[in-house]
Amino acid sequence: MSPTSPTILSELAPPPAAPAPGTDGYITADGRKIGGVLMDLRHITLRFGGVTAIKDISFDIREGEIRAIIGPNGAGKSSMMNVMSGFYVPQEGEVWFRGAKRPPMRPYQVARQGLARTFQNIALFDGMSVLDNIMTGRLTMMKSSLLEQALWWGRAEAEETRHREQVEKIIDFLEIQNIRKTPVGRLPYGLKKRVELARALAAEPKLLMLDEPMAGMNVEEKEDMSRFILDVNDEFGTTIALIEHDMGVVMDLSDRVVVMDYGRKIGDGTPDEVRNNQEVIDAYLGVAHD
Amino acid sequence: MKAVAAPDAGLRSIPALLARNAATLGNRPAYREKEFGIWQCWTWSQAQEEIRALAMGFLALGLNRGDHVAIIGRNRPAHYWSMVAAQMCGAVPVPLYQDAVASEMAYVLGHSGARFVVCGDQEQVDKVIEAEGEAHTVEQIIYTDKRGMRKYDHSRMNWLRDVQAEGRVAHQRFEAELDARIAELDYDSTCVMLYTSGTTGKPKGVVLSSRNVIETARNSSEFDKLKPTEEVLAYLPMAWVGDFIFSVGQAYWTGFCVNCPEGAHTMMTDLREIGPTYFFAPPRVFEGQLTNVMIRMEDAGRVKKWLFDHYMRLARRVGTALTDGRPVGAVDRLRYGLGNLLVFGPLKNTLGYSRIRVGYTAGEAIGPEIFDFYRSLGINLKQLYGQTEATVFITQQPDGQVRADTVGVASPGVELKIAENGEVFYRSPGTFVEYYKNPESTASTKDREGWVATGDAGFFEPGSGHLRIIDRAKDVGRMADGSLFAPKYVENKLKFYPNILEAVVLGNGRDYCTAFINIDLTAVGNWAERNNIAYASYQELAGHPQVYETIRRHVEEVNASVAQDPMLSGCQIHRFLILHKELDADDGEMTRTRKVKRGVIAEKYADLIAALYDGRTSVYTETEVTYEDGRKGRLKATLRIEDVRTTPTSAQRMAAE
Repeated sequence: MSPTSPTILSELAPPPAAPAPGTDGYITADGRKIGGVLMDLRHITLRFGGVTAIKDISFDIREGEIRAIIGPNGAGKSSMMNVMSGFYVPQEGEVWFRGAKRPPMRPYQVARQGLARTFQNIALFDGMSVLDNIMTGRLTMMKSSLLEQALWWGRAEAEETRHREQVEKIIDFLEIQNIRKTPVGRLPYGLKKRVELARALAAEPKLLMLDEPMAGMNVEEKEDMSRFILDVNDEFGTTIALIEHDMGVVMDLSDRVVVMDYGRKIGDGTPDEVRNNQEVIDAYLGVAHD
Repeated sequence: MKAVAAPDAGLRSIPALLARNAATLGNRPAYREKEFGIWQCWTWSQAQEEIRALAMGFLALGLNRGDHVAIIGRNRPAHYWSMVAAQMCGAVPVPLYQDAVASEMAYVLGHSGARFVVCGDQEQVDKVIEAEGEAHTVEQIIYTDKRGMRKYDHSRMNWLRDVQAEGRVAHQRFEAELDARIAELDYDSTCVMLYTSGTTGKPKGVVLSSRNVIETARNSSEFDKLKPTEEVLAYLPMAWVGDFIFSVGQAYWTGFCVNCPEGAHTMMTDLREIGPTYFFAPPRVFEGQLTNVMIRMEDAGRVKKWLFDHYMRLARRVGTALTDGRPVGAVDRLRYGLGNLLVFGPLKNTLGYSRIRVGYTAGEAIGPEIFDFYRSLGINLKQLYGQTEATVFITQQPDGQVRADTVGVASPGVELKIAENGEVFYRSPGTFVEYYKNPESTASTKDREGWVATGDAGFFEPGSGHLRIIDRAKDVGRMADGSLFAPKYVENKLKFYPNILEAVVLGNGRDYCTAFINIDLTAVGNWAERNNIAYASYQELAGHPQVYETIRRHVEEVNASVAQDPMLSGCQIHRFLILHKELDADDGEMTRTRKVKRGVIAEKYADLIAALYDGRTSVYTETEVTYEDGRKGRLKATLRIEDVRTTPTSAQRMAAE
């Protein structure tokens, strides 16, 4: 589990809406507007006992951007994502989100701040229908009490109708209408991944984190998933951070790429810059020992 | 309900029918579409408002009289509205097959000279933009689904709702112009242009006038006593004449409600939710559903399976008679009633057929077993025979005179005759005006007196007077020994087996018949799963020895059945192979309506055909395939050829004795 136990804050300071000053956006080649810094990771170091998983890594994620984290197995990518999501609290360094330094907090508090994620090994409720699974993504936004929901009384009905509307839009968006009522356990792998994305989207996140969204998929499923990721970014303006192994996918999708190796950052920049970075090439292709 | 006025009372166009429906059936549902999980509804008066707004939007964009408006997308109210809105402006709607690849689309867009194109979504817009390289006629693209469209150059592109909004805002400017254009429409104005897929050559644009569509819609609605309370599910391609007649012609004439499914994948669920009262499906839909039912029953528990088998036996014995209203004994009636409670009712409900009053199948022959299965459940499924050039209806089966092997009697207003070579000719109020920009084909299809050759060979059955179709006239041939060769007849028998999706029988001018078989991946895949047979691809499963063994048994049974018919017993299959890929419209092997293109197949698989006739037991082949996005690839395979036992005919048996 996490190396230090998070302290619980009784009150969360509301995050300021405007990005931090001095961080101007830019326009991408295909005309998308990239805003100011949404999440800034400063000098993050994470240790598990004697093992240092992440060594003094700094990078930022800008609003509207698709930011990839790549690296060989064991480079510390998933740990990094867990730091970003607040699941791990680093021993050193700061996480700045929406212009404010983020104190250690509980996962639901992080979720309420506008972060959602998918997992490397799918984490859905197998026995529940696709619809119900996606509805759980909106749990943090529900106000009615357990009793009200159980009795279908008071705010519960109106609230569920409102949330269901949002969920239906996402179902339509990800083209999973035909499996709306199917139990998740009966779905093939590729579709489960899509349902997980749907659940994350249902939380209407500011920052969507995808941990290997295309692992174990065939070419066609990868193409579908890539299209959905681009569409999500384009249509909802959601900032996306993703970990991915498929270099082709990463280079096609992302605006900027962070490369990690053995817990260190060895590259950071546009796909082209990263592709031509000697250290990255060595880490990925290996160095000839002769 | 008000009595429907005679067509001479000014109801000489689809827009005129819309105005009448909005006035007399204003609050009844006209369109429903499932969106965001909920059925959205438009009444006739709401539909009229939407369509008029769209038409005025078209006028604002500069749509002229006589222009062609291509419509490409799945069945959605907005697409039907586009067709009627185009008619209101004096333009001609041209619905296209949405699964057509860009090159096919380019031909049709160029040939029709469409200035406006209504696209369902980004995919269709992309194809139209690609097709524009060849067809330079497109000036305005209108899309229904906004998704992914933000980054496109919008200088000549609009969202359909924006076009409507513009029409609404500008209504004072355009209302008079629109009403004037609607008033100009008469019985001879072009109602729609439909491209026939055609098993040979380039598609031809069939021009249908308002007279064709409205007269046909009236006759056929009266034939089946359709009412404004009917519900239909619009799920068949909009480019197909049948959908135009059912979802526009008959719907506007009768005033019933057209329901559009959420998407292609949800069709079966939507069918169950709507429970149509009037339903049309090509045989493959019924086959597919029956296959699914049988697969599910294979997996069912013992009690359920026994109940199903027991009552289906009863249904086979007395069900059809009950559906047709023929006398059945009291005990059987009682037992059937119980079966209805336990099996038939729930089954019909699952399939979405609980409320069907009239059901039609056409396009291909339907297997007698499949046909009887549905009829024995108490579903009034009938057959009709028709084609685009006839505005669908040539013959149809009246209630109570339904059989699997005939296509019924002439539809109201249709005259029939059979030429010396057996080809069927018809003349009717629905007979098309012309092929667009193709007077030669028009002249060779329709003679001066209005008789049209169907291209099908058939005969009137003595006694009942029903028409029986044997095969395409050009496909019927002779074997080397002079006996009749009717490939479709045998193929249909083969396709009645759930394991066989498609079959192509060869043998014209040869000594014996052979066949290509396509397995049905759903049925065979399920069988493989239950028998723990692992396979990695369609190709591997198709080549599995046990699959071959099963198919061989099916072919032998078909041979035995073909041997019963002395006229066609020469068509027994001696050798066959299972193809390594599914025949596909994208590869040009079938039409978009899934009819086999024999010429293409004979050419493409010449090496396989040679192997079928030179006695080899296996053959290596490479085939080019086209992926859905238009890229091409090559498929390599070694196929096994199997010999099959044939059944001696009764005449041969007697000679032997």
